[in-house]
Amino acid sequence: MQGSNEAVQVHRHKLDWRGWKFMWPFALVFVFVFVIPVLYAIYLSFFQTKMIGGTVFVGFENYTRLFHDPQFWSSVWRVTLFTIVQVPIMLTLAALLALAIDSMRLHGTKFFRISTFLPYAVPAVVSTLIWAFMYGAKYGLIGSFNQWMGTHIDVLQPSVLLAAIGNINTWEFTGYNMLIFYSSLSTIPHSMYEAAAIDGASEWQIVRKIKMPELKGSLAITVIFSIIGSFQLFNEPSIMQNMVPGNAITTYYTPNMYAYNLSFTGGQSNYAAALAIVMAVITMVIAYAVQLNSMKEQMK
Amino acid sequence: MNVNAVVSTRASEQDLRAQEKAAKKAEKQRQRRIAKDEAAERKRAAKSGFSNPDNPRRSMWLTIVVGIFAVYSLFPFVYLLINATKTQSDFTSTFGLGFGHTFALWDNIVTVFTYQDGIFGRWLLNTIFYVVVGAGGATLLAIMGGYALAKFRFPGRKAVFAVIIGAISVPGIALAVPQFLLFAKLGLTNTPWAMILPSLISPFGLYLMWIFSEQAVPTELIEAARVDGAGEFRTFFTIALPLLSPGIVTTALFTIVATWNNYFLPLIMLKDADWYPLTIGLNQWKDQASTAGGQAIQNLVITGSLITIIPLVIAFLLLQKYWQSGLAAGAVKE
Repeated sequence: MQGSNEAVQVHRHKLDWRGWKFMWPFALVFVFVFVIPVLYAIYLSFFQTKMIGGTVFVGFENYTRLFHDPQFWSSVWRVTLFTIVQVPIMLTLAALLALAIDSMRLHGTKFFRISTFLPYAVPAVVSTLIWAFMYGAKYGLIGSFNQWMGTHIDVLQPSVLLAAIGNINTWEFTGYNMLIFYSSLSTIPHSMYEAAAIDGASEWQIVRKIKMPELKGSLAITVIFSIIGSFQLFNEPSIMQNMVPGNAITTYYTPNMYAYNLSFTGGQSNYAAALAIVMAVITMVIAYAVQLNSMKEQMK
Repeated sequence: MNVNAVVSTRASEQDLRAQEKAAKKAEKQRQRRIAKDEAAERKRAAKSGFSNPDNPRRSMWLTIVVGIFAVYSLFPFVYLLINATKTQSDFTSTFGLGFGHTFALWDNIVTVFTYQDGIFGRWLLNTIFYVVVGAGGATLLAIMGGYALAKFRFPGRKAVFAVIIGAISVPGIALAVPQFLLFAKLGLTNTPWAMILPSLISPFGLYLMWIFSEQAVPTELIEAARVDGAGEFRTFFTIALPLLSPGIVTTALFTIVATWNNYFLPLIMLKDADWYPLTIGLNQWKDQASTAGGQAIQNLVITGSLITIIPLVIAFLLLQKYWQSGLAAGAVKE
C-alpha cells in the first residue's frame, strides 16, 4: 500500500511535499523569531508615542525624521568607512593565509590552521576586554611601551579608535574566513595540479588559474557575511564604551548602538524600529548587489 | 645412512638460510633503489613546482611570514594567561607581559567562583544549559532543514532559500527590538525561553547542512531505502544521519560557539542576573570598575574570561579532526 503510494509520488507532475516533513520545525521557529518580529517592526515604525494622546499612527513621519537625523547618518557613514577598510583587509589576509596553508609548503601546517582559527572561539566580550586592556595607555601594553620608549602612543584617541576596533574584528574573524577559503581549496582534486604541472604550469600559474577561481565561490559567502557583520557593529564598541577615555564612543557610534540606545534607554521603540528597517534594507541591498549572482548558482 | 641424511638436511638448511639471506639482501637493495628513485622523482616534481601532498617542498620563508600572523593570533591568549595569574594590584602596577609579584592564579579562580555568593558558577551553568538546549536544537533543525533542501524538490523550496538569505542580512537590532517587544507581550523576557528560542535558528548551520547533505548522501541510497519500504524518517535516521556525522559535528561546533559567545541577545532579553550567561556576567563585572563606588575587579574579569574560553578552546582542539574534515568535505562547494 505504502510502496505504491510512494511510487506514484515520484512522478514529476505531482507536487512532492515530503520535504516539508523535515523542513517544518525550522520553518515554524523561523516564522516565530524572524518573520513575525520583522512584520511587527514594520507595523511599529508607523506609530509614535506622544505625551498627549498616547500611541498614534503617524504614517511615514519616523522615516522622514530619520532622513534628516544627522546622528543616524554619522553612524551610517562610520560603519560604511569601517566596512570599506576592514573587510578587504581581513578577506585578503584570510585568502593569503588559506593559500599559504594549502600550498603544503609550511612547516607545521596543522599548527597554523588551528592557531589562526582559535580567536573565533573567543566571545566578543572577552576579545574586546583583552584588546582594550592591551590598548590601555594607563596600565596596558601600550602604556608599558610608552613608558619604556618615552612615546605617547594612544590608540584609544578618537581619530584612530575605529581602526583599533577594526583590529579587534580582524583578529576575531580572519581565521574563520581563512577556514572557509581553505575548505573550498581542499575540494580541488590533486590530479588537477598534476595535470597542470605536466602541461608546464608554474606554481604561480596554478594559484592564479586554478586556486583563485575556486576561491571566488566562497568569496561570495565571506563577503556577504562580512558586510552584514560590520554594518551590525555593536558588541566591540559598546563593550569598550566605558573603557575609553572621555566620550569617544557616543550613543550613536554605530547604527545598532543608536537603535539600542533609542529603544532601551530612550524609550523610543517606534523610531528605533524605523531605523532598524532602514538599516535592514540598506544592508540587504548592498549584500544582494555585491554577491547575489554567485549565490544563485547554488539554486540550480 | 641416518647420519648422512642428517648432514644433508643440515647442509640444505644452511643453503636455505643463505638463500634467504641473499633474497633479503636483494630485497633491501631493491627497496633502497626504489626509495632513491622516488626521492629523485620527488625532487624533480618539486622543482617543476606544484602542490602535492606527497612531495612537500617546505619553505622556511613562507613559514616565517605565516608565523608572524600566528603570533598575532595567539598573543592575546598569552596575555590573558599571564594576567590571570596576577592580583588586582599587580595587574595595575606590573608589566603586562611579565608575571606579578605573587602567583595568584589559584586564588583568582577560587575568588571568581565565590565572589557574590558564587554567581559565576550559576552563570556557567546557565551558559551550558543555553548551549545544550539552544545549540542542540539549532543543530537538529539545521540538519533536518538542510537535508530537506538538498534531497527534496518541494513546493516553496526556492522561497525558503531566498527568505533565509534575506534573514541573515537583517541586522540583529532590526530583529532584537521587535523580538523583545513581542517576547515581553508573551511574558517570555527574563526567562530562559528568551535566550533559547532565537538561538534555535542558525541560517549558517542550515546552509552548511544543506551543502553537506547534497554531497554526502547519495540520492540512489535514499531511493533504494524507499523501494525497500522504509518511511522517510526511518531512511533519514538509519541511512542519512550516519553519513552526515562529520557535517553534524561542524554545524554543532558553529552553533555552540554562537550560543556560548552570544552577547547581544541576553543583553536585551535578560534583566535578572540569575539568568545571565557568562558573557553578560563578565561584562557586568567589568563595568563595576567604572560605576561610582564600585570596586575594580579586573583580576576576576580576566580569570573569569580565561575560564569562559577554555571549554571552547578544548572543544576546538579535541574535535578538530572531525570539524575540519566536515567543513572541507562538504561545507563550501565551488
